[in-house]
Amino acid sequence: MAVSESNREAPPRSGGDNRAAQLLDGVRDTLPLLVGIVPFGMIYGVLAVKAGIPPAAAQAMSAILFAGSSQFMIVQLVGAGTPWLVVVATAFIVNLRHALYSASLAPHLRRLPAAWKGLLAYVLVDEAYAIGITRYEHGGAPGGRHYYLLAAGLAVWVCWQTSTALGIFLGAQIPASWSLDFTLALTFIALVVPALRNRPAALAAAAAGLTAVAAHELPYKFGLILAALAGIGVGLWSERQWRKPG
Amino acid sequence: MAQTWLIIVLAGLLTYAVRLSFIALHGRWQPPALFQRALRYVPPAVLSAIILPEMLLLDGQMLFSPLNPRLLAGIIAILVAWRSRSTLLTILTGMLALYALQALLG
Repeated sequence: MAVSESNREAPPRSGGDNRAAQLLDGVRDTLPLLVGIVPFGMIYGVLAVKAGIPPAAAQAMSAILFAGSSQFMIVQLVGAGTPWLVVVATAFIVNLRHALYSASLAPHLRRLPAAWKGLLAYVLVDEAYAIGITRYEHGGAPGGRHYYLLAAGLAVWVCWQTSTALGIFLGAQIPASWSLDFTLALTFIALVVPALRNRPAALAAAAAGLTAVAAHELPYKFGLILAALAGIGVGLWSERQWRKPG
Repeated sequence: MAQTWLIIVLAGLLTYAVRLSFIALHGRWQPPALFQRALRYVPPAVLSAIILPEMLLLDGQMLFSPLNPRLLAGIIAILVAWRSRSTLLTILTGMLALYALQALLG
């Protein structure tokens, strides 16, 4: 306690010192989240190889997309022989939620040079955002917070690439009877269920889920895009209903 | 295989554009309020649209049966996620439930 008090009183530390502290803090605060990323990355690697994606492409997807849930979707769709345009559109829809992160961080990053903005956008995944926004909105050491966000993003990045590589390496040795593909649904349940604490979000989820089931026989997973639109529509509609008096 | 690379590059560019969008445009362009509100429903809508069919699918067929292990394991996972808010615990319980149910009902 005494240490942090004296820190707050002290004038901002000079550049280099502060940067190192922010980088270290960022990595340290991200470490607990990496526990969840390792199995996710490994399973992605395993499933990619099983879907017939060459190891180099599977690893490149982790480096270029750097977006776990959409990578799972792509693997599933490519494995089912889906046309490329539909796969790209589906991945886009799945990753559209990152626009929320971008919008929420934008005011904090407005003074940074363009190169920094470009770099931070690349590492803006769910976990890095969750860690980074906490430091911006709920304090922590001031000054050079973009180094903190960068460190969180890079920690996730290194972890994602390594666990993916491990999964690709193990891929062929894991039997299909392990039902590892079910971890995709489980991971998404863990992501979405705790966020359903208001009525419009819960209704949006229900509408989308039911539409997806009803439309599952549409070719090329068009049902997914239809379901996403239905969910968004119901969410907006029920939000309006909710505000009506009486 | 060329198609796989095409997918990776295009999906990668689009994903990056989404992440950069508001950061780059801040102060220059404000998207319509309706669009910003609609964005809030993207995660629950998209993720549920993936989850539900995964839970009901058995050997590539929809199976609306209380004896479907994926459906039951999924429901258990939903309860665990609601109570614990822990990703790791949800995945672990869900997989263990699936294995147990497959052994029981298989």
